[in-house]
Amino acid sequence: MEIGNLSTMLVWAAASSYTIALVAFSIDLAKLADDRTRSRGGKAVGIAMSTTMLGVLLHAASIVLRGIAAGRVPWANMYEFTLVGSFVAVAVFLLTQLRREVRFLGAIVTGIAVLALGLGLNVFYIAADGVQPALQSYWLLIHVSVATIAAGVLTVAFAASVLQLLKDSRDTGSPALQSRFFRFLDALPTPRELEALAFRLNAIGFVLWTFTLIAGAIWAEHAWGRYWGWDPKEVWTFVIWVIYAAYLHARTTRGWTGRRAAYFVLVGYACVIFNFTGVNLLFTGKHAYSGLPS
Amino acid sequence: MSAPAEPVAVPQLGLRGWLRWVWRQLTSMRTALLLLMLLAVAAVPGSVLPQRAQSPERVAQYLRENPATGRWLDRFSFFDVYSAPWFAAIYLLLFISLVGCIIPRIGVHARAVRAAPPRVPRRFDRFPVHEELTVDADPEEVVAAAARALRGPWSVLPRFRVAIATGADSTRTVAAERGYLRETGNLLFHVALVGLLISVAAGQFFSYRGQAIVVEGRGFANAVVDYDTFQPGTAFQPASLVPFSLTLDSFAARFTAAGQPRDFQADVTVREPGRAERAGTIRVNEPLLVGGAKVYLQGNGYAPNVEVRDAAGQLAFSGPVPFLPQDSVYTSRGVIKVPDVSTGPQLGFVGFLLPTAVVDASGARSVFPQPLSPLLVLTVFTGDLGLDSGVPQNVYQLDSSRMTQLTAADGKPVTLFIEPGQTVQLPDGKGSVTFTTLPRYVALDLRRDPALPWILAFALSALAGVTVSLFTPRRRLWVRAQRADGRTVVAAAALARGDDFGLGAEVERVLAAIRGIGSEESSASTPTATA
Repeated sequence: MEIGNLSTMLVWAAASSYTIALVAFSIDLAKLADDRTRSRGGKAVGIAMSTTMLGVLLHAASIVLRGIAAGRVPWANMYEFTLVGSFVAVAVFLLTQLRREVRFLGAIVTGIAVLALGLGLNVFYIAADGVQPALQSYWLLIHVSVATIAAGVLTVAFAASVLQLLKDSRDTGSPALQSRFFRFLDALPTPRELEALAFRLNAIGFVLWTFTLIAGAIWAEHAWGRYWGWDPKEVWTFVIWVIYAAYLHARTTRGWTGRRAAYFVLVGYACVIFNFTGVNLLFTGKHAYSGLPS
Repeated sequence: MSAPAEPVAVPQLGLRGWLRWVWRQLTSMRTALLLLMLLAVAAVPGSVLPQRAQSPERVAQYLRENPATGRWLDRFSFFDVYSAPWFAAIYLLLFISLVGCIIPRIGVHARAVRAAPPRVPRRFDRFPVHEELTVDADPEEVVAAAARALRGPWSVLPRFRVAIATGADSTRTVAAERGYLRETGNLLFHVALVGLLISVAAGQFFSYRGQAIVVEGRGFANAVVDYDTFQPGTAFQPASLVPFSLTLDSFAARFTAAGQPRDFQADVTVREPGRAERAGTIRVNEPLLVGGAKVYLQGNGYAPNVEVRDAAGQLAFSGPVPFLPQDSVYTSRGVIKVPDVSTGPQLGFVGFLLPTAVVDASGARSVFPQPLSPLLVLTVFTGDLGLDSGVPQNVYQLDSSRMTQLTAADGKPVTLFIEPGQTVQLPDGKGSVTFTTLPRYVALDLRRDPALPWILAFALSALAGVTVSLFTPRRRLWVRAQRADGRTVVAAAALARGDDFGLGAEVERVLAAIRGIGSEESSASTPTATA
């Protein structure tokens, strides 16, 4: 069988694994809501964690095979960004779990991964191939990989911020969140702890994003003869950087901590997603690497 | 006499007071936050609307299609967002706010760095992390061990700043603080951003860039007149152009079977005054360095070599004509202007070069970017090219307002199909056209920006600063050792700025060192952080 096809099959397998994990994580959260005194480590969460790990292994194999099939690093078009970005998100989740109890993030992270892989396979997919001269540079290895890793880290941070906001709303008695469905929130850490987790991840994401920006500018100087040219992708990368910078400032500004700071994360992450999808597909610019026929 | 209408209850703020108030507002974190949000929002329209700096032709098209809204948008610089006054106002205010915020903090931090760690608090039990234990070693040893563990292995850059003191009842105490680098990094980040802005501005001032089209076998000299387009910086001096010339020896392009580009390479010969002639290559990601400037390969295409003879049979035009590629299979558009005819009206040709031509019922088109079966498809105009009017003309466009298109007997425009080596006669003995060879051309972009090393240095400093600032924990730690009943009671407490997951482990590490007194070997291998 051709290596490229094998890679695609493994992506399907990883997506299926994550789907099972998603269901198991959701069941676990529902159970937590029913029985808050029970210590963690039930059957559902065990299944969820092992299928996530299986998924991440299949996912990693599919990325490696994709690179072999294309004869280059496997992150040069939208399909491959989706593949690697979602992999990083799941990997960051699993790595964080090694140091801290964050299994409550599992449902959101695997959910996003399933969504991303589904979109990738059905909408963004193109066959593995070489790349145009503008992409033939070692900066493809550096700039794009770090950008993708940053997106993965920011995804997990986003999940933490969403839970922080939901939990905070439920705790303060928001009527929209008092239904049975949201009882799982009672089992989560306090909004303050969730905020601290989100901040750690966002700080890592921000540093990686800063690096992406600088590496991109160096590469643009090599390839296009200017380090900055307000290309749509550059504009949005800059906008995202400014939003996350605002988030970091908000955290230290009286009256803007907690919920308000978390809103910056929501806006920032929405822009990350838009930068990746909308900017590639809607605008014409030099970063038109979706590989999809326009 | 003061004006009687002045309200009595309001205290006179005065100009100085008012300025101070404005300054305080501007340099507040709240304002910085607001300006950051504004900056993010203000940058967006530039990605949605076409911008003159990137694609003037798309701006012109937008203005044609939306004349009413376009005019208003243009009035507010929405097609030049990043050089618009309102955009500049936002980032300049942001930088003023930043400077106003940072300068006092530099002073505060300089004092803090030299200050001793905060004194040992009276009570430890109000701290989030505090512990107590009893050991056999005497207080002096305890304090020394704690200080050693806190300072860490590097005396140049100790982990903690440590102050040992004696309190009441001859209690020995250790006060320690770490995390000064956090603010250092923070300040470095912000100062580097200011440096970045200044170097970018300086680059705009001193840089220049020019574009030139060079056909295979031909040359190019680094002089303003030799460029097709040239954009000097504000302070550009023509004398600062390094006198060099280069010749394009050959250009190679590689494509996949599906016509996807895979490799472009220009082989050139560079001549610099006072130096031996040298060979160089330019590729898309590998610009050529010549005398402080970089030469980039920005585009390529075909420049068919054409000879045109007029009605008298005289050679009226001979040379390569660059045709601009319109799509991925290099369907290239071009214009041939023949003003120097010995007799009769001037000639103009408009048409396409098809590198791999397929001609069928639907017409002629190119199917592959390489020149496998090239074909020139031209229509012919005669009349006045309008070149003598003195108004500069676009070489890629034919002004046909004073020209007539040649038509055949059936009234359809005459279309010439010419293969390399072929000569085609124009109707009515108006002359002939010969397509001799098909060299390629490259579009070169030459650029020099003396600020680049500065921009890179400041950008990397900002990155280093923000990394150090975000990941350096700020902790204070105290140890108190007191003799009681022949043994030593040791108490430790720690406090962190913000959320700090490693605080407990840090205290544990120090206590482990104290427990390990007398068994140096084991103290070194004691697992310290278990949390």
